[in-house]
Amino acid sequence: MFWQKDAETMNRAKIKEVQLERLKWTVSRCYNNVPYYKEMMDKAGVTPEKIKTLDDVRRLPLTTKDVLRQNYPFKLFASPKEDVVEIHASSGTTGKPVVGGYTKNDLDLWGHCMARLVVAAGARQDDIAQISFGYGLFTGAFGLHYGLQKVGCMIVPISSGNSEKQIMLMEDFGVTVLIATPSYAVYLSELAKDLGVAGNLKLRLGLFGSEVCTPEMRKQIENNIGIIVTDNYGLTELGGCGVSGECEERDGLHINEDHFLAEIIDPDTGEVLPEGESGELVITPLSKEAFPIFRYRTKDISRLSTEPCRCGRTLIRMDKVVGRTDDMLIIKGVNVFPSQIESVIFTMPHIGPHYQLVLRKERFMDCLEVQVELIDGTLLEKYGELEALENRIKDKLRIVLGIDCGVTLVAPRTITRFEGKAKRIVDLRKA
Amino acid sequence: MSVKQISVFVENKQGALLDITTRLSQHQINIRAVSLADTTRFGIFRLIVDKPDECEKALREEGFTVSITNVLVVKLQDRPGGLSEAVKILSEHGINIDYLYAFITHAINDTCVIVRVGDIEFAEKVLMDNGFTLFSDEDILKI
Repeated sequence: MFWQKDAETMNRAKIKEVQLERLKWTVSRCYNNVPYYKEMMDKAGVTPEKIKTLDDVRRLPLTTKDVLRQNYPFKLFASPKEDVVEIHASSGTTGKPVVGGYTKNDLDLWGHCMARLVVAAGARQDDIAQISFGYGLFTGAFGLHYGLQKVGCMIVPISSGNSEKQIMLMEDFGVTVLIATPSYAVYLSELAKDLGVAGNLKLRLGLFGSEVCTPEMRKQIENNIGIIVTDNYGLTELGGCGVSGECEERDGLHINEDHFLAEIIDPDTGEVLPEGESGELVITPLSKEAFPIFRYRTKDISRLSTEPCRCGRTLIRMDKVVGRTDDMLIIKGVNVFPSQIESVIFTMPHIGPHYQLVLRKERFMDCLEVQVELIDGTLLEKYGELEALENRIKDKLRIVLGIDCGVTLVAPRTITRFEGKAKRIVDLRKA
Repeated sequence: MSVKQISVFVENKQGALLDITTRLSQHQINIRAVSLADTTRFGIFRLIVDKPDECEKALREEGFTVSITNVLVVKLQDRPGGLSEAVKILSEHGINIDYLYAFITHAINDTCVIVRVGDIEFAEKVLMDNGFTLFSDEDILKI
């Protein structure tokens, strides 16, 4: 099933043709309507006329989140304010939020991009979709809402929170599709089990986003409530969700390539890497009126592939994002992402979901210690069982990370909880 | 004829034990016997108290990792060889001891040893068959 079959199954040459045409349009729009972009392009010696091939995108400077902050709130808008009909913004935990604006056309396009993703994931017109993302400035809830609305699903816009009511409505309405963050979905699935109603739910599909959903988390949710879990991707800076999403094959996320141009760069040098190599994802939206942006550094680590997909889409696929350049740790020369560690901790019984990573140098060697909370008293009969638990966690971490690390059990509620972005890493190597 | 024992997970860091004992004191819980092994990173603090259920609930509510299990409290002869007689019986019946610790009460002038074994009912039977006295929760309350 496709939403816009022609666009989703174009041949590669045609995709590139469409991309080039729209890239030119976007670059002109940036250059002519946004003083910041004109200044930057003049400095780099690029004018819109110099964009003749798709590779010419590399002549444009990269755009970072700082640029968006410096131009807060509306200075990067390319449409007059009276044409902007909606605003969304990031949570802004580390300063002023990133603000995105939408014209009527932008909203329509956003809805179509999302409709493609939800249909690719398996949603159909007769589905009842509960949106448990928080409605508000956050793009997730509205993006899914607009997409599901285009498809014609019955939308239950319950927003987040009030979990028992969430379960009640799921049961009473016969909800078939759940839209939530993976961690909230885990919580809801456990609550449904505790309330003894998991068997009454008609859920069959989960459309998750806004957090890294590790394969382990996905499996746990699938086991708890027997649904298929799919992931989608987007950023406020790029107009929100709708950039890419998994099809039913769940082998990478198809990028809506006619509207988004993707590159992979080396995060240290900024050089573009060939297809198939892993690096930082850089995206240029190609069809935005109000809030165009070029070569946005997502800080997300991914990989691109134009290999044909069994679903029939010709759109390029990106790997599930495993981590951000910000979070990546290099330990004994190996790249380690906290999300990998999280995926192990998540599946282990007896311990809680909170953790802290402590990095030290011992005899010139990097040492990683993972602290986890022991929350279950059943192992307290034998000291040896606690040691065995530590060893089991250690073994699993070695398999997933490829390096040895230490594991320490600590008492419950001793690891700091964070309301915003968690700071789980204590790096003592430089100290 | 067994007695409820509380086990609490305790990190090897300053103040960890104080946290637990402070809670017990706040809840007016009286300790009869304790055991805490010398380990490097964490330990298991074991307690026999006058109100085990209340103690477990209080510690759990305070966020500690706690379990409650049954152990045998065996009365011994307070003379050389007293402990050996009890251990001999268990050994002869192939009963493995996970851990044990002792206490002496001035109230009833008894020497007791707290024993944790795998098959508690069997151990209870062989000890009683061989003339040992075992304490119950009610006995502990009377101390």
